[in-house]
Amino acid sequence: MSEIIYPAPPSKRPSEWSIQAIPASVLLAGTFVLALAVAIAFPPLVTHFDPLTSDIAQTLQPPSLQHWFGTDRIGRDVFSRVIYGARYSLLIGLASMLVSLAIGLVIGMTAGLGKRLTDESASRVFDVLSAFPPILLSLFVVTFLGQGIVNIAIAVGIAGIPKFGRVLRSQTLVVRRADYVTHAVSYGLSRTRVFLRHVLPNVLVVVPVIATIDIGSAIIAVSALSFLGLGPQPPTPEWGVMLAEGRDVLRVAWWPSVFPGLAITLTVIAFSVIGKFLQRKVEGRTR
Amino acid sequence: MLGKIVTRLLTGVLVMWLAATAAFVAIHALPGRIEDVLAGDLAYPGLREAIAAQWGLDRSLLWQYGQFLLRLGHADLGTSFVMQQPVSDVLRSQLLPTAELAGSAGLLAIALAILIATLTAGSASRQGAWATRIASVLELTFTSIPVFWLGMLLLIAFSFQLRIFPVSGASNWRSLVLPAVTLALPTAGILSQVMREALEAALEKPFVTTIRSRGVGELALRFRHVLRHALLPVVTLGGWLIGSLLGGAVITERMFGRPGIGSVTLHAVTAQDVPVVLAVVLLAAFVHVVISTLLDVAYLFIDPRLRSQ
Repeated sequence: MSEIIYPAPPSKRPSEWSIQAIPASVLLAGTFVLALAVAIAFPPLVTHFDPLTSDIAQTLQPPSLQHWFGTDRIGRDVFSRVIYGARYSLLIGLASMLVSLAIGLVIGMTAGLGKRLTDESASRVFDVLSAFPPILLSLFVVTFLGQGIVNIAIAVGIAGIPKFGRVLRSQTLVVRRADYVTHAVSYGLSRTRVFLRHVLPNVLVVVPVIATIDIGSAIIAVSALSFLGLGPQPPTPEWGVMLAEGRDVLRVAWWPSVFPGLAITLTVIAFSVIGKFLQRKVEGRTR
Repeated sequence: MLGKIVTRLLTGVLVMWLAATAAFVAIHALPGRIEDVLAGDLAYPGLREAIAAQWGLDRSLLWQYGQFLLRLGHADLGTSFVMQQPVSDVLRSQLLPTAELAGSAGLLAIALAILIATLTAGSASRQGAWATRIASVLELTFTSIPVFWLGMLLLIAFSFQLRIFPVSGASNWRSLVLPAVTLALPTAGILSQVMREALEAALEKPFVTTIRSRGVGELALRFRHVLRHALLPVVTLGGWLIGSLLGGAVITERMFGRPGIGSVTLHAVTAQDVPVVLAVVLLAAFVHVVISTLLDVAYLFIDPRLRSQ
């Protein structure tokens, strides 16, 4: 019985998004973010210790096979606190970024589409907001709103408005003047239709990029405010709170403060590696 | 040229005025009476009346606004009712340690950034890509490390293990080293990124080939000829630099138990001492606007190409 010989399939060039085309650093960062997602969704999958249960017989134990990251001042497992902490630190960071994004998007697009005066006013709003150092602006907002998780998310979010707003304004300007928009207008499409079908989607293209790049600084800012004691309160296993607690025992134990800080740093690095990769991908397409 | 300078100066004044207005609106937009907002967590007989008198709360809103601006114009930042002192006195007494910290951290950051950027900028052909790669990893790490964690790592290494520097305080130069390094590194990371990009662009210019053809060594070429091109974009970051140092000082001072504007601010935030927080925020914005306005004007003088446009 003769075998039927099929012609060999045309050899595939690695496409833009195939695994080979993605640098190892980005894959590594992606894996880390996935692991974080698991830690946020199902912390018990990763650790069997409770983050709040203290064990007085096991205080300030250095890292061991049983307690990977050691135990803290009242004998809680630092590893499980770091894992459960991902929830607080990332979600508060995410919330604050959404605040900056939403407000920045509205002001930025209004500026980009509006008349000269509208544009100038919006730019001055960004100038004023960015005249204040972000941390001080957040502290100012917290003074008024009071402390707490929701309020620090809002405070950090407000300080991030000009960053998002400026990018989205200039992206809107680019899209507004692009040939495809001019053509759409010359076809006689209504303003609403041009806006919804052509302008909005092409402005929104940059959102995932700037969001990924900037969520890192939001996470740092949020944990800074928690470190200063203005956000979630102990015994919440938030990374900034853990660092503040770790600072008190720094003289005798390094592990309660080194690991949460490492978690913040690696998270920020991972997001910014992915963000910069996305930026390179998107930049070629919209210009 | 003159027109440009005037426009820039006016924009600076406008932003300052808007910032003050925003602060005024923020105070008034809050629910509750302004006396209560300004008093913080204090309550004693006569306090509310004193606040009402100082802020002219029985007058019209427009009068209050005018008086608020007028007071700011005279550098009168009001009274901290929590500390029972004029705010300007409180800040003046704390200015020196913060200026010391921010100043030394700023210089250190600039020096580090120049060193990293100049030594590692890859001019495609020369210098192995590894130097550039190491530098970008360093920059990424510096910019991703939270200031407070960096401070702890330095404390663990240099205060608790090696015992070279004191843990806290602000008595001598030794107690300044760790806070200054802590505050400097994240700033240095960002400065170096900007500077390296500018250097790499400058290294592609034809004049570099000319200088190389004269047999000038790579280091001399970079430090003597190319660096000045790379410093220009950094000049525009001046305002941002001041702002980030002042903001970072809040955390660094807390971390190392140093006195200063940052410590006062943090204390004021927890005590809801609005006049102090308001003053610090406006002061920081003022410094930021003044510095970046002056630098933008200076930029016109440094770079002749901008004048004609």
